[in-house]
Amino acid sequence: MEKPHPITQALKFVVLAFAVAVVLVPFWSVIATSLADQETINAAGGGMVMWPGGISLDAYQAVLSGGVVTRAVVISVTITVVGTLLSLAATAGLAYWLSRPRAWGAKPVLMLVLGAVLFSPGLIPSYLVVKEFHLLDSYWSLVLPVLVNAFNVIVMRAFFQELPKELFESAAIDGVGAGTVLLRIVLPLSKAVLAVIGLFYAVAYWNAFFNALLYIQSSEKWPMALVLRTYVVNQTTIGGDQVSSGEALPPQLPLQMAILVIAIVPILLVYPFLQRHFAKGVMIGAVKG
Amino acid sequence: MRTQPTREGTRSAAAGPRGRTDTGLEVRRRRPRLTRDQALLVCLGVPGGLALLVFHYVPLLGNVIAFQDYQPYLGLTESDWVGWQNFSFLWDGNPEFRNALWNTVVLTVIQTVLVFPVPLALALTLNSLAGERLKRTLQSVLYLPHFLSWVIVVALFQQMLGNAGMLNTFLVQNDLPVLQVIGSPELFKALITSQVIWKDAGWGTILFLAAISRIDQEQYEAAAVDGAGARQRLWYVTLPALKGLIILLLILRLGSSLSVGFEQIILQQGPVGLQASEVLDTWVYNNGILGGNWGTSAAAGLVKGLVGVLLVIGANKLAHVFGERGVYEK
Repeated sequence: MEKPHPITQALKFVVLAFAVAVVLVPFWSVIATSLADQETINAAGGGMVMWPGGISLDAYQAVLSGGVVTRAVVISVTITVVGTLLSLAATAGLAYWLSRPRAWGAKPVLMLVLGAVLFSPGLIPSYLVVKEFHLLDSYWSLVLPVLVNAFNVIVMRAFFQELPKELFESAAIDGVGAGTVLLRIVLPLSKAVLAVIGLFYAVAYWNAFFNALLYIQSSEKWPMALVLRTYVVNQTTIGGDQVSSGEALPPQLPLQMAILVIAIVPILLVYPFLQRHFAKGVMIGAVKG
Repeated sequence: MRTQPTREGTRSAAAGPRGRTDTGLEVRRRRPRLTRDQALLVCLGVPGGLALLVFHYVPLLGNVIAFQDYQPYLGLTESDWVGWQNFSFLWDGNPEFRNALWNTVVLTVIQTVLVFPVPLALALTLNSLAGERLKRTLQSVLYLPHFLSWVIVVALFQQMLGNAGMLNTFLVQNDLPVLQVIGSPELFKALITSQVIWKDAGWGTILFLAAISRIDQEQYEAAAVDGAGARQRLWYVTLPALKGLIILLLILRLGSSLSVGFEQIILQQGPVGLQASEVLDTWVYNNGILGGNWGTSAAAGLVKGLVGVLLVIGANKLAHVFGERGVYEK
């Protein structure tokens, strides 16, 4: 094939470089501002900076020394860990049941799962159900309503179905029960799909805003998303009583940016693992769903 | 080959009464364990199934309060039935609802026209690059925002475009007028749209790139031999190959077309005002959860959901008429 025109080539490069910059620059400047010392912030007129000047960890020290942000981090981490484990167990159990040929009741339940992908129940009735179960203002309201994602069940079921049939047959010949098959054969072979779905759940729990806004009323139970909304998006001033740092607080902006960085860092940490697998996960879902 | 009969035996035993080759004795001996397996399978699946039932299907049925004058202290069984009154209340000109409906439709149209083509264009540009490594690195960077929550995205946009944000700090330092982007009702829809593009354009390229990679390379070679330039190959080979996927994604989009970003919009309503920013989802929240008007809000939510389903079915029919596969077969 002939070489593309140099101008087209240059244009492509500019477009892609622009797209990448638009994604990366905000992260960079948020991190830089959270680390900037007092003079650099003052020199920028209290605004965002691209270079922190003298690096200072005061903002992180202030928000992580106890108080509202520290508590929110603990709450969000706990919800993410507990929720992800429960979601994985429930999803894998349901998917394993639905993936076994001739399992009792699997067909109508599969329709139930598919229906849940198609129809979403609506905000008001969902809220009322959570209320009727007396889950309002309880951490369980952030876990139970989103415990099982029907789409993830379908992806995992497809994966279980593609495991080599011979393994199940030889297990049956050896007289091994379904429980042992699950623990000794299915789960060890499904590490990849468990990792992907687990990460999807973890990201969803960490990011959860909608349910927290709906169901969590008392501010001492706020997860990170609500703290972010209050102190970063709505720019409510962080005072000495919100953090238990004894010394004078750094300027507001680095404090806010430190909270934002704390909310982003877990995503950045799991991202390399996530993106190694997610394309595969999405494709299974798209083809089989 | 030796194991074949045994395998068959196990299978037919699992199938129960249909087992022909097994002697009665064998079937009876095996049944207890197989029954135990079945019970175990059901037990493993029940927690997940129950969660779907309780938090998905019960609320789906709970939509009946759209036909009630629901009072929280009376509950579902004691509240009065009012027939279609909640729906007619909406339809006969509740001005706030009308405004929310209008904003929703406008945003849906804007997003279909402006947001939908971006991942396709991005995928085509990425694909035309030489070098797998570069392609994959760029892709990885562009996916990243998809995994951030809306709270984070909104906060990032504020820091970039807000009054004290990067853009305006730069403008002020260079004695240029401040650009009011955040909190401006006129620019609100543009802001929402650009946030959606920023967050999900990269993510949207996955499916397109996967589809492009499946196109037969010989088609391109044949086209090149016939004298087709790069643009003609794009127009006559790549795009026709992607037609089915594009239609499929458009149909799926229609289903959620009336959901134009609850989290994203509720976070930014304050300074903008409801006139410019209220959409159906936020109206349901503000009017129902905050305002206590359960019946009318549930009615609006129900209509929204039904319209989505009908749009998908209708669009799918249309796709069949034009000879495409659509989301599901006839």
